[in-house]
Amino acid sequence: MNISILFFAIIASLGVAFFSYNIWKIRYNINLGLSLERKDQKGKRLKTMILVAFGQKKMFSRPIPAILHLCLYVAFVITQVELLEIFADGILNEHRLFRSSLGGFYTFAISFIEILSVLAFIATIAFLARRNLLKLPRLNMKEMIGWPTKDANLILIFELILLVCIFTMNGTDEVLFQRGASHVSDGTSGSFGFSVSSFIGPLFFDGLSTHALHIAERIGWWGHLLMVLGFLNYLPYSKHFHILLAFPNTYYSNLEKKGKFTNMDSVTNEVKLMMDPTADPYAAPDPNAPPPSRFGAKDVTDLTWKNLMDAYTCTECGRCTSSCPANITGKLLSPRKIMMDTRDRLVEVGENKRKNGKEFEDGKSLLGDYITEEELWACTSCNACVDECPVNIDPLSIIVDLRRFLVMEESKIPNELTGMLTNIENNGAPWQFSQNDRLNWANEE
Amino acid sequence: MQVPTMADMMAKGENPDILFWVGCSGSFDDRAKKITKALVKILNNCRVSFAVLGSEESCTGDPAKRAGNEFTYQMQAMMNIEVLNAYDIKKIVTACPHCFNTLKNEYPELGGEYEVIHHTQMIQDLINTGKLALEKSGSFKGKKITFHDPCYLGRANDVYEAPRELIEKLDAELVEMKRCKTKGLCCGAGGAQMFKEAEKGNKEINIERTEDAIETAAEVIATGCPFCNTMMTDGIKNAEKEETVKVLDIAELIANAAEL
Repeated sequence: MNISILFFAIIASLGVAFFSYNIWKIRYNINLGLSLERKDQKGKRLKTMILVAFGQKKMFSRPIPAILHLCLYVAFVITQVELLEIFADGILNEHRLFRSSLGGFYTFAISFIEILSVLAFIATIAFLARRNLLKLPRLNMKEMIGWPTKDANLILIFELILLVCIFTMNGTDEVLFQRGASHVSDGTSGSFGFSVSSFIGPLFFDGLSTHALHIAERIGWWGHLLMVLGFLNYLPYSKHFHILLAFPNTYYSNLEKKGKFTNMDSVTNEVKLMMDPTADPYAAPDPNAPPPSRFGAKDVTDLTWKNLMDAYTCTECGRCTSSCPANITGKLLSPRKIMMDTRDRLVEVGENKRKNGKEFEDGKSLLGDYITEEELWACTSCNACVDECPVNIDPLSIIVDLRRFLVMEESKIPNELTGMLTNIENNGAPWQFSQNDRLNWANEE
Repeated sequence: MQVPTMADMMAKGENPDILFWVGCSGSFDDRAKKITKALVKILNNCRVSFAVLGSEESCTGDPAKRAGNEFTYQMQAMMNIEVLNAYDIKKIVTACPHCFNTLKNEYPELGGEYEVIHHTQMIQDLINTGKLALEKSGSFKGKKITFHDPCYLGRANDVYEAPRELIEKLDAELVEMKRCKTKGLCCGAGGAQMFKEAEKGNKEINIERTEDAIETAAEVIATGCPFCNTMMTDGIKNAEKEETVKVLDIAELIANAAEL
C-alpha cells in the first residue's frame, strides 16, 4: 500500500473520530436540559430554517456585514465540493479524479470556487480589520476580552491559511501543467483554465523549479486537508460551532408570539389547589409523586435543552447586546454574556458529570457564579435581543427563568417590586388603589 | 360619561359585543385615564355595544409574571378568567399592550380563550367600515407625527401597521425614528421596570428613546401604550420640550380628529 494513502487514511479517520467524540459530548450536554416539545408544525419549522439559517434572512438588516458574511458562507458551502475530490484523491491516490469525467463542468466548478475564494479572502481581511483596526464597539465589549477575541481572530486566520493553501495547490499545478509536468498532463502541456489560478499561478510560482513546484503543490494539497480537519476539530471548542448548529437551532425556533412567556404548569397545579374549595389541605401527598421540581432556573440543568442548544449556537456577534436598551444605557446586562455564561457553565457541568457521575454537584451555579442579580433586574423584556439574533437564539427566556428562581425560591427581589406585588395581591393593581374605585374615571371630568 | 358595566348589562339581560378591558393604568393613572375616556368617546360615537368590568376587573398579572412571580400572576389570571368566563366574554379590546399580550397569549393555557384586539386595531376597523369618519381638515393635517412602537404590541405581537395607518388617516406626515418597528427601542417600562428604579447605568432608557423622537422634529409623539406614554412624557419634560412636543395616544389623536 502506498505510504501516502496510509498516512491520509490515518489522519482523516483520526480527525473524523475525534470530531465525532466532541459532537457526542455536546449532545450529552444539551440533553442535560429539561424537556420541551418542539416537534410540531414541521412545515413551518423547515421554512424558518431555510429562510433564517440557509437564506441568512436576519443578517440583512445590517447589509455590510451581511454581504461579507455571505461571501464566506457561500464559499464555505461550495468549497465542500472540492473537498470531496480531495478525499477521493487521497484514498485512491489519484490526482484531480473528477477532471476527466466532468470535463468542462469541472473547469467551471473549480473556477466558481476560486472566485468565491477570492471574495472570501477579501471578506476575511475585512472582518479582521473590523475587529482589530476599526474596533467595532459590539465586537470589543467587556465580555469579549481574552479568549473570545482570540477565538474570533484564530478562526479568521485559519480561513486565510486555508485559502492560501487552495490557491497554492491550484496555482502551482497550473504552472506544472503549462510545463507539461502536472500529474494530469501525461507529458502534454496546457492550462486548466481556472478563473483565478491560471493568472496568479504563473504570477507567483513561475520562478520555482519543477521539483519545487511539485513540493509546493503537495504542501497546498496536504495543507488544505489538514486545515479542514483541524478546523473541524476546533469547531466544538469554539464559538464558530454556529456553522453547524444554526440549522437545527432555527428549525427548533420558538414559533409562538414573542410576548408569550411560558406557563409554569407546576405553579398551575398549586394555584388550582389553592382555589379549589373542595381540596383537602391536610391530605397526605401521593407517595409515588415525583419530588417537586425547582421553580425557575438556578443552574443550566434547570433550563430547557433548547436554551442549551441556543448557548452552543451563539457565535458572539453581539447584535443582541448592541440592541439591548439596558446595555445601550450603560447597565450591566448583556444578552450575549447571558448566552456565553450559559455555554461556559454547561461545558463545566457536563465535564463534571462525565468525570464524577450524573449526580455530582460542584457547589457552583449559573446564577450567582456567572450571572448576577443586577444583570437580571436590568432587563425590560422588550425582546429586542430575541428579534436581532440571526440564528433565533432567545436570551430572554433564560433571563426570565433565572428571575423566577430568584423571586419564587429565594425571595430575592428589588424592594419596590415587593410593594408592587403586594398591591396586586391585596387590591388587584400594582399601585395602592382600591379595586372598588376602578370605575371612578367615568365620573371624573 | 356613559360607561355600561357587565353587571349592569347582565341585570338587563343584555350581552355586549365586546368587553373593554381598561387595565390598571387606564383606571387609575391620571394621564392614562384620558386615553380611556378618548376610547370610550370613540366607542360611544360609533354605537359599539361594549361594557367594562368596573370593580370586577383586576390586574392581569403581567407585571408579576415579568418580575418572575408566576404564583401571583396565575392567581390573578385564574380569578380574572373566572369572571370573564362567567360573563361568557368572547371578544376583548384593550388600550394597554401589556394587558393585550397577557390576555391574548397567556390566558388560553389557563382556560381563558378570547379574541383579543388592541384598540388601534379596533379603531382602524371602525374607520375602514365607515362607522367612524374623521374631519378632512383636522387639527393634525400636515403635522409631523412619529410613532413609538410599544414592545408588547410590536415585537411581542407583530402589530406595526394599525397605528401607522391611523396616523396617515389624520392627513398627518408620519415620520419614523431611526429605530422603529422591529428595531424599535423600548421606552424602559417593560418587564416590571415601570415599578422600580432602573439599575445602575449612564443614562435612563426613556431619555435615550425620547432623543430618537426629538431627532425626527415631530410635533407629536404618538404611542399606543399608557406606560410608553408616561415614559415618553417624562423624557420630553426632561428635555424641556413640553411646549413644542406632545405625547398622545392614538385614541386621543383620533378622538380629537373626529371632534369627539
